[in-house]
Amino acid sequence: MPEDLNLETYNADALTEDLSDAVPAAPQTAAPQTAAQTPAPFVETQQDLSAEIKALGEAYAEAVKGGAKRETQPRLDFAPYRSSILRHPTKSLHHADPETIELYSPAFGHQDVHALESDLTIQHNGEPQGERIIVAGRVLDGDGRPVAGQLVEIWQANSSGRYIHKRDQHPAPLDPNFTGVGRCITGPDGSYRFTTIKPGAYPWKNHLNAWRPAHIHFSLFGTEFTQRIVTQMYFPGDQLFPLDPIYQSIVDQDARDRLVADYDHDLTQPEWALGYNWDIVLTGSKRTWTENEALGADGDDHE
Amino acid sequence: MSKLTATPGQTVGPFYGYALPYDKDRELLAPGSPGSVRLQGTVYDGAGHAIPDAILEIWQPDSDGNIVRRTGSLVRDGYTFTGFGRSAVGNSGVYTFTTVNPGPTEPGAAAFISVAIFARGLMNRLFTRVYLPENEEALAKDPLLSSLDPERRKTLIARRDADGGLTWDIRLQGEGETVFLDFEGTGTEGAAQ
Repeated sequence: MPEDLNLETYNADALTEDLSDAVPAAPQTAAPQTAAQTPAPFVETQQDLSAEIKALGEAYAEAVKGGAKRETQPRLDFAPYRSSILRHPTKSLHHADPETIELYSPAFGHQDVHALESDLTIQHNGEPQGERIIVAGRVLDGDGRPVAGQLVEIWQANSSGRYIHKRDQHPAPLDPNFTGVGRCITGPDGSYRFTTIKPGAYPWKNHLNAWRPAHIHFSLFGTEFTQRIVTQMYFPGDQLFPLDPIYQSIVDQDARDRLVADYDHDLTQPEWALGYNWDIVLTGSKRTWTENEALGADGDDHE
Repeated sequence: MSKLTATPGQTVGPFYGYALPYDKDRELLAPGSPGSVRLQGTVYDGAGHAIPDAILEIWQPDSDGNIVRRTGSLVRDGYTFTGFGRSAVGNSGVYTFTTVNPGPTEPGAAAFISVAIFARGLMNRLFTRVYLPENEEALAKDPLLSSLDPERRKTLIARRDADGGLTWDIRLQGEGETVFLDFEGTGTEGAAQ
């Protein structure tokens, strides 16, 4: 492990015995075992999972034809993502009118985030391996208002599909020059911009030969805590989309498409980096806004 | 009413541990400082097992019920109470915050802390509330609590420990399932299928 991969930043608390998302099914380096040593366990294949995903998608399409409301968010209960089976509420979410504290959001500013934290390629002594990219866009609320001066956090695998996390045992190389964590504060127009490396796809243990499409995790705050969201941004044209139970947990195609960035040649910088544009829309505001708030004067980032 | 459709959420996954936690993330004020209380609990799955890979956020008013709108939750200066905290659970599924008892934001209102929960295997974040157990009159009048049957209502009220701390467990599924909230009212937000 290179010294400048700061081990202090690992979260020891998250190192656990349950590695089902984190460990590849069959590390290339594992010693060959005979059938006598390990009787073949029942393994679910991609075919099994794809059939389940397809059936759920078709049932949804039928329901929509029958007049059911279009879904816009992932299903909490989506069995093809096996880890969700015991982790989704079985009772409907209880409708509540947000009150007081919920109608405001934590404030973040330049005290919290250094400007250089938005460039994931300059956190070490050398240049990271892989395809340098720019990911930029705007954070808007459901009424189209920019979310100004607010925190955006991202994390991702390196170009070979490996996370700097002890639980990631994927036998792909770590990159001593890439940690894969970034933050920024949105501008007055809700804009954010990161310079990073295009993450690789990586295997996980949901089923045999399960691979996640390349993605960047995004964590977002709005102007109200009810708008808080964590999601994943994907890259256009990924062949793994139909196979991935996490992406497919959003059963509506239009809704799924909202997680896919657009390649944007205007963002691309000559001789430097390819550009991807991805705008994020939070839920609508429930608070009656003052004039100052409507002008985007939240936080300390309104210069 | 919203004009744009919200971007979907996705699971926080297993690898947030080197990205989301930060120094003093769970210390809204320094442990042991005057007025500080511990808020602690365990996150359980539908089999009753503690979940070792969940992360919680709290957002609350100060002890006078003021909604603080000050920066500095990520880089704490040691004396500004910002009202926001984040705690990943440990191997035994336990989260811990050091905070203050929230005050009522309106006279006579029940005091509560707003909570967001993220976990591997949880497709989208869940919102809920944890109420202080003391003011029974206010709790009885609370619009949310009074819309719940007694068994479910209990899941949102913390227990006061002998040392003044608060204990509040979260059950994602099954017996004693915590009440999770839908603020959108559209029925499309994380609908149970």
